[in-house]
Amino acid sequence: MRRERIMRWVLGITAIVASIIIFILPFAFIVVQAMKTRQEASELSFSWPTELAFVDNFIEVITQRDFIVARAFVNSTVLTVVSVSFLVIIAAMVGYVMQRRASRIRTVANFFVLAGLIVPPAVVPTVWVLQGVGLFGTLPGLILIEITFGLAFSILLFRAFVSTIPRSLDEAAIIDGASPFRIFFGVILPLMKPTVVTVIVVQSVQIFNDFANPLYFLPGDDNATVQLTLYNFQSQSSNQWNLLFMDILLITIPPLVMYIFFNRQIVAGMTSGAVKG
Amino acid sequence: MTTATTGVRAGRARKVRTLGTARHAYPLWFYLPAAVLFLVFFAIPTFASFYFSLTRWTLFDQEFIGLENYIQFFREPQLYQSFINTLIYGFVTSGMKVVIGLALAVLLTSALVGRNYLRSVIFFPVLVSTIGVGIMFNALLDPFDGVVNGALETLGITGPGWLTNPDIALLTIAGIDVWKGLGIAVLIYIAGLVAIPTEYYEAAKVDGASKWAVFKSITLPLVKPATGTVIILSLIGGLRSFDLIWATTGGGPGFSSDVIGSVIYKQYQAGFYGLSTAGNVVLFLVVTAIMVPISLMLNKREVEQ
Repeated sequence: MRRERIMRWVLGITAIVASIIIFILPFAFIVVQAMKTRQEASELSFSWPTELAFVDNFIEVITQRDFIVARAFVNSTVLTVVSVSFLVIIAAMVGYVMQRRASRIRTVANFFVLAGLIVPPAVVPTVWVLQGVGLFGTLPGLILIEITFGLAFSILLFRAFVSTIPRSLDEAAIIDGASPFRIFFGVILPLMKPTVVTVIVVQSVQIFNDFANPLYFLPGDDNATVQLTLYNFQSQSSNQWNLLFMDILLITIPPLVMYIFFNRQIVAGMTSGAVKG
Repeated sequence: MTTATTGVRAGRARKVRTLGTARHAYPLWFYLPAAVLFLVFFAIPTFASFYFSLTRWTLFDQEFIGLENYIQFFREPQLYQSFINTLIYGFVTSGMKVVIGLALAVLLTSALVGRNYLRSVIFFPVLVSTIGVGIMFNALLDPFDGVVNGALETLGITGPGWLTNPDIALLTIAGIDVWKGLGIAVLIYIAGLVAIPTEYYEAAKVDGASKWAVFKSITLPLVKPATGTVIILSLIGGLRSFDLIWATTGGGPGFSSDVIGSVIYKQYQAGFYGLSTAGNVVLFLVVTAIMVPISLMLNKREVEQ
């Protein structure tokens, strides 16, 4: 018994030390570099800054090139909020009908959900379609793309969750003469809150951090997203490590806040959907 | 006899009516918004890609050239290399996520000091953007100024050029990918492990089974659904990967860390839209050829259980 307790401590402390080296130090590195002056940061050493330039770096990143980072923050926020709002409603509608009603359409929909999970999007033809509908290089165009690419995974999560909602609830609403619209938005959607939270968190982090889709579908500086500005920033000014790391620090804050707030729900929702569904 | 038939008939009529109302409650038009988006922005481009991959294409003009793009893809060594690299990258990242993810999940579901801290810290890299992670590791792994090689030097080891040596660049990126994505694998495994009924472990304890025996004959088989999920998610992600490779090496040095995803982008950037789309079709075929049998196999196992 005593040996086991010692083992537990030894293992735990080893794991904590390893985690500090492998996971904490790289992030500490980001923070330390973001505090340094340009010259000190360019040494890339892991030393404490002799001169704190945290606020200066922050202001410089934000105001640089006509506030492009600030504008990118607005773009990324709009992109994320709008995409995720529609994604939740559209995917929940499909997940609900798919779980409740057997039909030939369901077979087809099932196939497309699986295809959507597996098949890599054909990017250049998608550019061509976006040009055809006049939305290439626009924020609304990218929003539609992000919704489409997020559908399959979200539908799977919703569908798995609807199966845990008893049918008698729908039936009660039907007997009360509620319209399908009412039943869905008034009864079902509020009950799906845990999955709604999971989808919101997972997809927000995904879309906010997305790089490849903005790169292809939203080129140009005018409506760049934060990931694009960070990437362009890297290729233009490789010596300004202090600003680069400040930028990374800034754009990591929104996903981090989301995670801290919804930590428990995200774990619960992910596991119920990912392992059983 | 007659009463029986009317009874059946009435029953059927009632059934039809309730079915009717049930249908009314689950209208098919709920599929509509998703279907339109999926059709326009996913299905049409996918089908169109088969045709455009057979053309010399400028987005406005296309000339049918048959299989030329594919021949070029598999004949040019640097393009062909990307095909091999994609497979290596996909299987290395996925395999490492399964092994390390399961090991860490077993550790983190046991009674351990600092368990909650460890769980959150492993998940943290998932939240940082791939571009941010790429820039960070570019700095950390710099062959001359980088902290990693600096630390190795104090131990008397000369560290390699992690991202600048063509022999190891791809594997280094795979390592970074595992570092970043491990949190999700661990999370899925923890969920799978927690779902295993504790009675099995108690019975094994009574029988005096060794820890390894318990792991091999209880944990491993019962955590299979989670393994399936981890394999599927990480393989799909690994085979399609582009962001991290683009942010760390851009496919270099030379073409040593190019994958199909980065070739698609390079050809797109250079204006070779037909060739880029052919790369996409190759990726499509690779992913489908690998994923369909694997997911069928994993599903079958689940049914047998």
